[in-house]
Amino acid sequence: MLPTESKKALSFKRYIEDGDLVIVYERHDVMKPVKVTKDGVLQNRFGFYRHSDWIGKPLGTKVLSNKGKFVYLLAPTPELWTLVLSHRTQILYIADISFVVMYLEVVPGCVVLESGTGSGSLSTSLARAVAPTGHVYSFDFHEQRAVCAREDFEKTGISSLVTVEVRDIQGQGFPEKLSGLADSVFLDLPQPWLAVPSAAKMLKEDGVLCSFSPCIEQVQRTCEVLRSDFIEIRTFEVLLRTYEVKEMKVETGAMIGESHDEEANGGQRPSKRKHISNDDKHISNDDGYAVSQDNSSSPTSVVMARPCSEARGHTGYLTFARLQCLS
Amino acid sequence: MEKNKDQAVIMSENNNNNKAQDPNPRFASEGCSVLLDVNDGDRLVFARLSGGAVLKIGNKNYSLKPLIGAPFGSLFQVETGEDGSFLSRILPVKKESSSNNVIDDARDNRELIDNNEAQNLTGEEIEAMRREGAKGDEIIEALIANSKTFDQKFQLSQEKYKLKKQKKYAPKLLLRRPFARRFLRVDALSLLLTMANVTAYSDVLVVDMVGGLVTGAVAERLGGTGYVCNTYKGNSPPSVEMVRMFNFTDKVIERIVQSSINELSSAKTVSPEENNHQEGVHPSTSDMVEGTPVTAEARVVVDDVVLESKIVKAPKAGAKASKEAIEMWKENGFSSLIMAAQDQDPWALAKDVLPLLSYSAPFAIYHQYLQPLATCMHNLQQGKMAINLQITEPWLREYQVLPSRTHPHMQMSSFGGYVLSGIRISTT
Repeated sequence: MLPTESKKALSFKRYIEDGDLVIVYERHDVMKPVKVTKDGVLQNRFGFYRHSDWIGKPLGTKVLSNKGKFVYLLAPTPELWTLVLSHRTQILYIADISFVVMYLEVVPGCVVLESGTGSGSLSTSLARAVAPTGHVYSFDFHEQRAVCAREDFEKTGISSLVTVEVRDIQGQGFPEKLSGLADSVFLDLPQPWLAVPSAAKMLKEDGVLCSFSPCIEQVQRTCEVLRSDFIEIRTFEVLLRTYEVKEMKVETGAMIGESHDEEANGGQRPSKRKHISNDDKHISNDDGYAVSQDNSSSPTSVVMARPCSEARGHTGYLTFARLQCLS
Repeated sequence: MEKNKDQAVIMSENNNNNKAQDPNPRFASEGCSVLLDVNDGDRLVFARLSGGAVLKIGNKNYSLKPLIGAPFGSLFQVETGEDGSFLSRILPVKKESSSNNVIDDARDNRELIDNNEAQNLTGEEIEAMRREGAKGDEIIEALIANSKTFDQKFQLSQEKYKLKKQKKYAPKLLLRRPFARRFLRVDALSLLLTMANVTAYSDVLVVDMVGGLVTGAVAERLGGTGYVCNTYKGNSPPSVEMVRMFNFTDKVIERIVQSSINELSSAKTVSPEENNHQEGVHPSTSDMVEGTPVTAEARVVVDDVVLESKIVKAPKAGAKASKEAIEMWKENGFSSLIMAAQDQDPWALAKDVLPLLSYSAPFAIYHQYLQPLATCMHNLQQGKMAINLQITEPWLREYQVLPSRTHPHMQMSSFGGYVLSGIRISTT
């Protein structure tokens, strides 16, 4: 998944090889990871695809099924991986992941501790951020999940950057041998305050800790415990709002929503019509409707955007803190 | 885990060895850029730690010399001595955590009258105390003792009062590593870096018109490998002033280069000098802001810092990309793209810049206005140039978490811009 000195992940010249992991893209919400094999076949609603047709083609190209329908073959990235991985637990998504990686100041060469591993969504992005000289030590108390995570990291080619260990961090704390070596620590635990003292021992001075908790009561308890050894304790919420874009054909001289206005106000509202320049036919009036006025008789089309009606309302609170400098 | 423990120790030693040649990044060295946090986030000031640098707190100037050589994260307080007031390093006191979340206090403010008559001590008396060398905490104790209304206050109000007085009479200064987040909100910037899959050994193409903030952030994540190439229309590269604030080592700075869109796109590789000569004849048709005004806007506001001695110059970033690099990019394409060009039409830039990316390369385009991005997205869809297209608006809210006082902050940033992301695909 990650480029190395000798092997580039992406390039016009990078051809798909036997054994590669690719992301098969049908639509933005229909994607799956596939390991390419010489005799492999992918079946979906479009028919079937022979992997042998894929080998030798560059990533980012279209491939056809026996019925002539196409899908795209994409290079795996941590973002695409987060969307296609199998969920053994609730995972972190791009909004939280990107904020955490930046606020924890993870850069190449860093040593990061993480608990729990969960489904490895964040771990994959952490591995990307510490590559090539850093390391991620990830802990989970569930043996089966640790095994699955290790398998995933093998699949995505990041197992040299991530070490998974089965350990109950709440009960036992982090291993002594990592004391003072961590640049950052990430906690996604039901009772993170139990792990805070141990995390403080692991961190270098001025190192950053992050705790992710869905409930505010967890956050409050964690902050109380953080106040002993940490400073700059800050709690955030990050969310993403997506927009949908549509092209609408508009008839000559008509204002979109004009009928609405007339009903509501019993007449035309000339103040809403804005003056247009010759080369710009797409304007917004006060209501945010895109308006088109055209002296010719042909209909024009207008591109409009509005927020999607479905949105994620909450994932968790992110609490960050810096280890105090006591020396 | 044994093997890994050794690995971790070796890695840590290696890092320390490498840093022996470069200044240890955990300590503020002479000439480096720092962020000064006055009174727990009340005021943030960027500064350069030169010998003569000074910071104004209240109505006095304090030399920043004591900060040189101190570790990032160390705390300073104003102390009064024989020679006057100066900044002195203090070790933080371990705070006792109050175990109960519920405050059992029946006092309220129904009888407190706000008429400025509560405090018995006058300004002159306080000054006199200061001149006699009274410590900040002593002054605060005196103020509390001389306040007629203090005992009537609700417990949390008392704490608020004490905190307010501390900020005035015993101001604290926290030495922090600088972060350059003036034009892009931090969550928007982090989103760009993630969506563009920035990682070591990648070749990231950047259209940075936010003073070098994006370029610097990308370079930080490249860690001295790969390249971040800042590209632009016409022949005037925009300023990347802000890169100085990251305190990069030379190894990282070498990776920050620039090259015009023409140079990167032309069928045969002209040497950068030839190209400039050619382009000089044709005036730039874009309405891009010229180099100088961008510098003025992007210049870090060095608030209240009087620099008496010469500024120690950091090595310059943004050298012209070499012919070899340009050849390599033409052959392989860039591995991703980030655009942050707020006054430009995104489609106008994207249509020229997207073809420079490898197939399956992700891109993230930041803009402050929705409509131009919507049009850009539509055009990319029509032209079948990209898939997985999405317009996203990042939302960020901070919380105050205190016993019995947990709620979102009163102030909030309502707007973080919009990001159009997608993956470039082959049109054949």
